[in-house]
Amino acid sequence: MDLNTVWFILITVLFIGYFFLEGFDYGVGMLLPFIAKDDTERRMIINTIGPHWDGNEVWLLTAGGALFAAFPEWYATLFSGFYLPLFLMLVGLIVRAVAFEYRSKEDSLKWRYNWDRMIFLGSFLTALLWGVAIANIMRGTPIDATKTYTGGFFNLLNPYGLIGGVTFVVLFLFHGAVFLSLKIGGEFQKRIVETAQKLWLPSVIMAVIFILYTYFDVDIFSAKGLSAFVPPLLAAVSLVLSGFYLKSNKAGISFILTSLTVVFITVAVFFTLYPNVMISSTSPEYNLTIYNASASQYTLGVMTWVAGILVPFILVYQAWSYIVFKKRLTKDSELEY
Amino acid sequence: MDVLAISRWQFAIVTVYHFFFVPITLGMSISIAIMETIYVKTGNENYRKMAKFWGKLFLINFAIGVATGIVQEFQFGMNWSEYSRFMGDIFGAPLAIEALLAFYMESTFIGIWIFGWNKFSPKGHAALAWLVALGSNLSAIWILTANSFMQEPVGYALANGRAEMVDFFALIANHHLWYQFPHVFFSGITQAGFFIMGISAWHMLKKTKNIEPFKISMRFGAKAGLIGIIFVVFIGHFQGQHLTAHQPMKMAAAEALWETENPASMSLFAIPDQANLKNSFNITLPNILSFLNYNKFKGEVKGINNVQKEYEKKYGPGDYIPNVLGSYWTFRIMVGVGFLMLLIAFIVYMKTRKENFECKPFNLKIIFYSIFLPTIGISTGWIFTEIARQPWIVFGLMKTEQGISKAVSVGEALTTLIGFTVLYAILIVFTVQLWKKYAKKDMDEDYEPINPSEA
Ligand code: HDD
Ligand code: HEM
Ligand code: HEM
Repeated sequence: MDLNTVWFILITVLFIGYFFLEGFDYGVGMLLPFIAKDDTERRMIINTIGPHWDGNEVWLLTAGGALFAAFPEWYATLFSGFYLPLFLMLVGLIVRAVAFEYRSKEDSLKWRYNWDRMIFLGSFLTALLWGVAIANIMRGTPIDATKTYTGGFFNLLNPYGLIGGVTFVVLFLFHGAVFLSLKIGGEFQKRIVETAQKLWLPSVIMAVIFILYTYFDVDIFSAKGLSAFVPPLLAAVSLVLSGFYLKSNKAGISFILTSLTVVFITVAVFFTLYPNVMISSTSPEYNLTIYNASASQYTLGVMTWVAGILVPFILVYQAWSYIVFKKRLTKDSELEY
Repeated sequence: MDVLAISRWQFAIVTVYHFFFVPITLGMSISIAIMETIYVKTGNENYRKMAKFWGKLFLINFAIGVATGIVQEFQFGMNWSEYSRFMGDIFGAPLAIEALLAFYMESTFIGIWIFGWNKFSPKGHAALAWLVALGSNLSAIWILTANSFMQEPVGYALANGRAEMVDFFALIANHHLWYQFPHVFFSGITQAGFFIMGISAWHMLKKTKNIEPFKISMRFGAKAGLIGIIFVVFIGHFQGQHLTAHQPMKMAAAEALWETENPASMSLFAIPDQANLKNSFNITLPNILSFLNYNKFKGEVKGINNVQKEYEKKYGPGDYIPNVLGSYWTFRIMVGVGFLMLLIAFIVYMKTRKENFECKPFNLKIIFYSIFLPTIGISTGWIFTEIARQPWIVFGLMKTEQGISKAVSVGEALTTLIGFTVLYAILIVFTVQLWKKYAKKDMDEDYEPINPSEA
């Protein structure tokens, strides 16, 4: 395997980490204003991800940095091309980050609920826009011979892109609800499980629509033949199963399954793309691939060493941070945020 | 305005804004780790109170530091895509390493630190604080590695229409980096020192009931401030000497020195007239500039006009002169503020050496308002570093105007310029509101003593 492929896989891994971890963070953030009865319950919800959300977000920052390092042309084309959506996403991420830290620092309910709206907004915008972006990347966008995106803003808001967006939102909502049912105890947990159960069917429906639409609308997907169906199929199966385990009150297994759903969907996306990284709808000659978009072999080599040494440590201490705070939160727990 | 001008304004605004908070993170993370360590070593409860009190203020800062950092990670691709294509091979690597090595560490352990006061022993918790401090300061090294390359390219070759990395270790060994990093690191320490001194002074003015921990803090801040500012000034001096050799245009602009002189005189007050390539007004001290550069009263220092001619020969026709008025005055303000802080930190340090010192209200007020001095020095320092590098985005390799994104329209660029600026302006209102609220608290308020059975 050449280094370009290694780095394509590593980028995939970073996005898997990001969508898996921030997937439930965003879900939790979107659910926040709707399932809590009072401020204490809101604080319980926020505190389930309190110690982790920043560490989770670094998966995105690292994915951004790694794109820049390994595939600079991809980084440049994608972020200058999807300029306004990315701007909106950044606005969402900014207000969300500040909101976590600031919302409980004043006693006023108005202050707190306004920041909670920001948490909702940030989580929702980011989930939606990633769905839109991913769908458009797979479907292809106008890119010219200089690797420059020429499509403008509204080109991205096509039906397929929007379905991708809604799918991500619903999926993360479900993933987040299942996560909460693991992390919260007491009477509140029952209500959360009920909400999760209600979210299950919509997410199955959206996932199926998205997969089928992809088959009919996206050339590179159908071009890959039947093998392209394996990851999405696995995603669909785990999603369906997670609902059953939730019913029989096995939140732990259910969470593993929703996580697998996110993992398989991400794998499906990148597997479909490979060896392209950006599809040009103008001409296939202008596609960005892992070869014409990559950094030099020397840089890829250096970065392989760096990642090889550092990633194991990161996995260990991030996992440890979840073990430290594994206790379910109840009304009597001590709440920081 | 064109996309270039808008993107430059946007970069300058969001980055300077990010850097209002960064030095506080750099310096306060270390200060708090030291406070926790002293508590572990001595058992003096005051230091635990201090760690908690300053920790709150630190977190308010940290949140906005992180939030504004997110934009930084993406804006090279957004607004400077041609730059990213040209430089990605070199620039992306330190950025990715910064994330892998520093951001993960910083953000994971700060989460555990915030939520872990009652889950860890004091020793364990202090260790967490050190990991956060280490992460923050490691991040500075890596981002400055990237910036240093733009100031002084090393370890690269031009190939395939871009700059490609050929020697990773040359990038890290860049001399520019090893002036820049300590200068920035100690400006963070200075910032933390003045931050702590200023707020402690406020409490002494208001005669807060439990004044003891604030007096200890004042002494702590004075030490940090003094150590920090001594190093900043000291390193800055050698940094200037280094730059005279490597970016002569930058230092000539800093001195508004139009013609080569030997021995060179230092300007005290100049009004540069860029259109006519001279100063319309200038007061100078003979021989001093040579002395600053060569440690003796002789020696040639190149002037702007002469460097311009050299560059025309080397790089082809063009205007290689940065904004001299801006370079000259930002440099003057940075240095001026530096000596002022040196004086203040020294006096406060001498005054607070006694166990039970007192301060006059007037002096306390001065100390309080000095909170802003490091921010002024740091912002002008960066603005100087960056504007006096112009017209280059990467010195000698790429001009700023070549780095701009082709896919971005004026309307889009203007939207984000206004969007970020307004959003940041709103956020700082909340940050300051919370800072005020939490800075005013007595350290005994909200303080929970440690429960020995849990520890
Ligand atoms: C000298 C130090 C320094 C400099 C020059 C910069 N930063 Fe910064 N940055 C930090 C020092 C720092 C820090 C101390 O590590 C921060 C500041 C406050 C904080 O919370 O972490 C941070 C936060 C921070 C974050 C959020 C990290 C997280 O979520 O934990 C990102 C993505 C960046 N920065 C990226 C950048 C980029 C791309 C820069 C270049 C233009 C930049 N920073 C300039
Ligand atoms: C954090 C502290 C920094 C501050 C306060 C700062 C400030 C500035 C300012 C004021 C400009 C505008 C110069 C001009 O357009 O005339 C600028 C430009 C630029 N800086 Fe920095 N900078 C900082 C760090 C960095 C770092 C770490 C990098 C890269 C790693 C960087 C890359 C650039 C680039 C690419 C430009 C070109 C855009 C432009 O000309 O406006 N800067 N910076
Ligand atoms: C008093 C004597 C000082 C001298 C001689 C000095 C010298 C310098 C020089 C020559 C540069 C340009 C470096 C470059 O272009 O690469 C610089 C940059 C800078 N200065 Fe200073 N400085 C002094 C004081 C200060 C103070 C008091 C602060 C703030 C606390 C400060 C903060 C900075 C910062 C943040 C930068 C930009 C980062 C860098 O390039 O190092 N400086 N300084």
